[in-house]
Amino acid sequence: MSIWRYANPAKFMATTERLVPALSWLAAVALAVGLVWGFFFTPDDYRQGSTVKIIYLHVPAALIAINAWFMMLAASLIWLIRRHHVSALAAKAAAPVGVTMTLIALVTGAVWGQPMWGTWWAWDPRLTSFLILFLFYLGYMALWSAIEDPDTAADLTSVLCLVGSVFAVLSRYAVNFWNQGLHQGASLSLDAEENVADVFYLPLLVAIGGFVLLFIALVLQRTRTEIRARRLHALRLRERMA
Amino acid sequence: MPDLGKYAAEVLTAYGVSLALLGGIVWLSIARGRKVKRQLEAAEARRRG
Repeated sequence: MSIWRYANPAKFMATTERLVPALSWLAAVALAVGLVWGFFFTPDDYRQGSTVKIIYLHVPAALIAINAWFMMLAASLIWLIRRHHVSALAAKAAAPVGVTMTLIALVTGAVWGQPMWGTWWAWDPRLTSFLILFLFYLGYMALWSAIEDPDTAADLTSVLCLVGSVFAVLSRYAVNFWNQGLHQGASLSLDAEENVADVFYLPLLVAIGGFVLLFIALVLQRTRTEIRARRLHALRLRERMA
Repeated sequence: MPDLGKYAAEVLTAYGVSLALLGGIVWLSIARGRKVKRQLEAAEARRRG
């Protein structure tokens, strides 16, 4: 059984028809449990006070913002190498979700930063690379909208995605590359010494699970829409030519 | 409602903006999905005559 059979739009539509509602319900439950647990049933941090509750939004959103770009990169490479349309449309479908997550990470970071650092914004390596990633998302979406021919749009946006990947990597690893800056290191790590305290850790994991499921459900649902929109575009072209 | 102390405004703003953005992207995705599906069904009906 090959993964490439899902590159067939009909197969993709049939497979995801029941998958999307199931994933959506799972995402809703995980998000509700994670956020309610984090907001109502975890204590304040001894230094950060109640602002620690922002972690249940900021960390999952930032994680998805970066990894959405990597997903778009993988899909773009598949398009460039194997010319599977579903792959290009999945990358297109992920961008608005990615930009929303990036915006949530930027806003919650600023709101959290003001009371903790004394400033809404600093030209810190991680913050700056994240802002550039946000601008790349906007540019990527604008480029898709600006080109009428879908294959040409897919080619050019794929190249833009490759270039923007530099900033996705920097957003993730900037705090390791450069020591200067206000942003702390990873909140979650395979190295247990770096992790947040256990009382915050479990609800954070559930919230992250909810964000991941929501991202997958939205990307699948939006990819289904893009497949239909492509078919609609082709039918309208035929109508015009007839 | 937990006692958020002197940071209540910051925490509530973060949750309010985030939930609004999440709700917005979900709503937009569903609304565009329904609109495109409806338009495609109409186009295919026209094609079949």
